[in-house]
Amino acid sequence: MSWIDLFRNKKRNTAATAKERLQIVISHERTRQSQPDLITAMQAEILSIIAKYLGIPNDKIQEQVKVDVERRGEHSVLELNITLPESAHNKVLPKETAAEEA
Amino acid sequence: MAEVIVVTSGKGGVGKTTSSAALGTGLALKGYRTVVVDFDVGLRNLDLIMGCERRVVYDLVNVVKQEANLNQALIKDKRLEELYILPASQTRDKDALDIDGVARVIEELKAANFDYIICDSPAGIEKGALMALYFADRAIVVTNPEVSSVRDSDRILGILASKSKRAEEKLEPIREHLLVTRYSPSRVERGDMLALSDIEELLAIPLLGVIPESLAVLRASNSGIPVTFDQESDAGQAYLDAVDRFLGHKVPLRFVNTKKRTLLQRLFKAKEGATA
Ligand SMILES: Nc1ncnc2c1ncn2[C@@H]1O[C@H](COP(=O)(O)OP(=O)(O)O)[C@@H](O)[C@H]1O
Ligand SMILES: [Mg+2]
Repeated sequence: MSWIDLFRNKKRNTAATAKERLQIVISHERTRQSQPDLITAMQAEILSIIAKYLGIPNDKIQEQVKVDVERRGEHSVLELNITLPESAHNKVLPKETAAEEA
Repeated sequence: MAEVIVVTSGKGGVGKTTSSAALGTGLALKGYRTVVVDFDVGLRNLDLIMGCERRVVYDLVNVVKQEANLNQALIKDKRLEELYILPASQTRDKDALDIDGVARVIEELKAANFDYIICDSPAGIEKGALMALYFADRAIVVTNPEVSSVRDSDRILGILASKSKRAEEKLEPIREHLLVTRYSPSRVERGDMLALSDIEELLAIPLLGVIPESLAVLRASNSGIPVTFDQESDAGQAYLDAVDRFLGHKVPLRFVNTKKRTLLQRLFKAKEGATA
């Protein structure tokens, strides 16, 4: 079975693997400790800004605008994925210039 | 219909997280859609054992507090199609969970078509542990062959029978399963360790499996690959046997006796997992 191969490759020096994994996760957690809920705070703030500019009531924002935060690959990269609802898009456009970046 | 399984013990460090990861992996290997939920809020470790620590963005507390939805917090295993992890928060404390919030998350997981929802309990008998066991249909009581572990397991059995939802609502009781881990047949033989038969007699619940003390578990944790994937190892095989029994199959016990090698086997140096 291929799972066994997967395991074998890593079997050589698993202690070294362990150390590497721990260094990454611990350093990440230490930087986050001063800002415990950084991501949720950021998400809430982004949502409220979108709500403000699009004139969506704050309690409706969750269902109308989606903010996804993702971390991928080897680095701690945060990816924001903001989907604007149709109606909001129309509202923004008349203001011309600012619309494009959203 | 989804079943909620709590992996619990009372005592810490007996192998709950190792077993949650290994059994969850085993069920997913058999094709069951499985999610393992880390209830150890403040001390998350399931992510490390399952090798997804770098992919955690949202966690159980975020979903309980409706700061994120379930799909944002669920991490899909990279190796198995049917395996998911819901990590614990590392920055909050156990009081961040409330029973209504947890109830909602369990309902959402059921609605998401999971076959098995495995709740990895924190140690202790306080709030965190109670949250993990409250909604259980079945309980896997993880016990080491050691006095304090056996006593704490007995204590947890009492709590399952009195403080769970099934107990409070006088429904059919939680189905209990004994999982003995870190078992060392040679120490038992020398009389230094409680024997399986002693533990079974003391706790008097059906035996799900015996996992030997094994280097493979250490290597698995180091690598972030649940030991069930290491199907050549004693512990990996013992966990797979336990999964089969969990699913109702009759499987003979292995790794419970010291290996007595025949002359022929000794000559050929039979390649088998080492006995600690
Ligand atoms: N069968 C086993 N053989 C050897 N070590 C084990 C075994 N099961 C668990 N361990 C080790 O015991 C320690 C505690 O395990 P863990 O699963 O974190 O326990 P818990 O979740 O109950 O606190 C870990 O270092 C783990 O690697
Ligand atoms: Mg644990």
